[in-house]
Amino acid sequence: MRTIPPNSLLLFVLRLAALVSGSLNLLASPPASHSQENPYIVAYDHNLEEPGSLEVEYFSTFGTQRGGPDFHAYWAEFEYGATAWWTTELYLAGQTTFGESTLFTGYRWENRFRPLKNEHLINPVLYAEFENTNAADKILKEVEGHDVEADYAVPNALARQERTREMEFKLILSSNYKGWNFTENTIATKNLSNEPWEFGYAMGVGRPLAMKGAAHRCNLCRQHFVAGVELYGGLGDRYSFGLRDTSHYLGAGLAWNLPSGWTFRIEPTFGLNDNSHQFLLRWGASREFSGFGSMVGGLFKGRQE
Amino acid sequence: MKLYQFVIVSVLLFSGVVATAGPQEPPKRLGPGSLYAELKMAPEKYRAKINPLAQDADAVAAGGVLFEEHCEECHGREAMGGKKAPNLRAEEVQNAAPGAIFWILTNGVVRKKMPVWSKLPEPERWQLVSYIKSLGTDAAESKAAGKP
Repeated sequence: MRTIPPNSLLLFVLRLAALVSGSLNLLASPPASHSQENPYIVAYDHNLEEPGSLEVEYFSTFGTQRGGPDFHAYWAEFEYGATAWWTTELYLAGQTTFGESTLFTGYRWENRFRPLKNEHLINPVLYAEFENTNAADKILKEVEGHDVEADYAVPNALARQERTREMEFKLILSSNYKGWNFTENTIATKNLSNEPWEFGYAMGVGRPLAMKGAAHRCNLCRQHFVAGVELYGGLGDRYSFGLRDTSHYLGAGLAWNLPSGWTFRIEPTFGLNDNSHQFLLRWGASREFSGFGSMVGGLFKGRQE
Repeated sequence: MKLYQFVIVSVLLFSGVVATAGPQEPPKRLGPGSLYAELKMAPEKYRAKINPLAQDADAVAAGGVLFEEHCEECHGREAMGGKKAPNLRAEEVQNAAPGAIFWILTNGVVRKKMPVWSKLPEPERWQLVSYIKSLGTDAAESKAAGKP
């Protein structure tokens, strides 16, 4: 039976203080486990967050822009392993367009579900996301429909006035084979206003630089580095499906997974046609905090009797 | 974005964390629902696999490093288990075929919170198997220490 204390307000304040202090402790002390992340920034593989772990991530995209100023877009992700088969994630995004302004562009809430119990040659993951952003959003977290470089040349003052609410769905098909990861994402997006379904794709290949772990703890051992390539782009919409008026990108990435729980990624990316930004430089840092769920649950669930 | 929408999403996420985490029951040791029972579900093809790193002098040490990085959080520093995960020194684990442990690492037991470790390359998973098998059973340790 769960006990409910009478002075619940005071207890809530104390628990909140403990949560903040616990979070600071988590930040100050190294987590006990670390993840082995692929270098992809756009494509998803089938590896979900470990249950109870919180991964805090920061990513940046610097982009060149023809017909307008270059930009630097950035976003923070809070990725939580709710169960071993469900990962949920909140994104907060913003951007700076050089010579114009800096602004917050919106949030996304995504969920990934792993429907199959065991590992297979091809592993499906279902992805559903709600996106509430404005048209100034430039993180290029996915490319879909007829997204082209010219769309990003609209001045911030105008673009921020247009609100976009979308549901985005992905079918992620991913394989781990002999140390390699192969992944393919099919994207379907529906703007909640009366606009047609839009489609896109992302695919990636990655591999650690060494297959065996070293017999001693080290940060620079080759097994901690994962190299990869990703390709992504739009596929038009329901009424004009195909490659016409779409943009496509190819990026080569490197992830460095440190035993302390930190992961650093860098990915120079090149536009593959005239509709694409000529160059994007993406980079990011993330850290995994094991036991976050237990800590929060322990604070709020009280003792079991 | 309106503030109330952000607050709603945050509250939903946070309540999800609270609902899915928190104090947990220790894993069941026996019975069809136990994590140890999962070892018996390993297909014959996997059970029959021989650890290719069984003769590798560094495999146990490397497996120890990997264990510390990936497994210790749930199974404990001494692999004796805890509220989240079972004791890996239990006879059920130590007597299991190396291939069965490899199968569990590869597939996880996702409905029981054991993650899938297929993202580790196969040699690293075999290094983990070498380390786990090197731990020995609780009973063997007690005997060696002269405990009843």
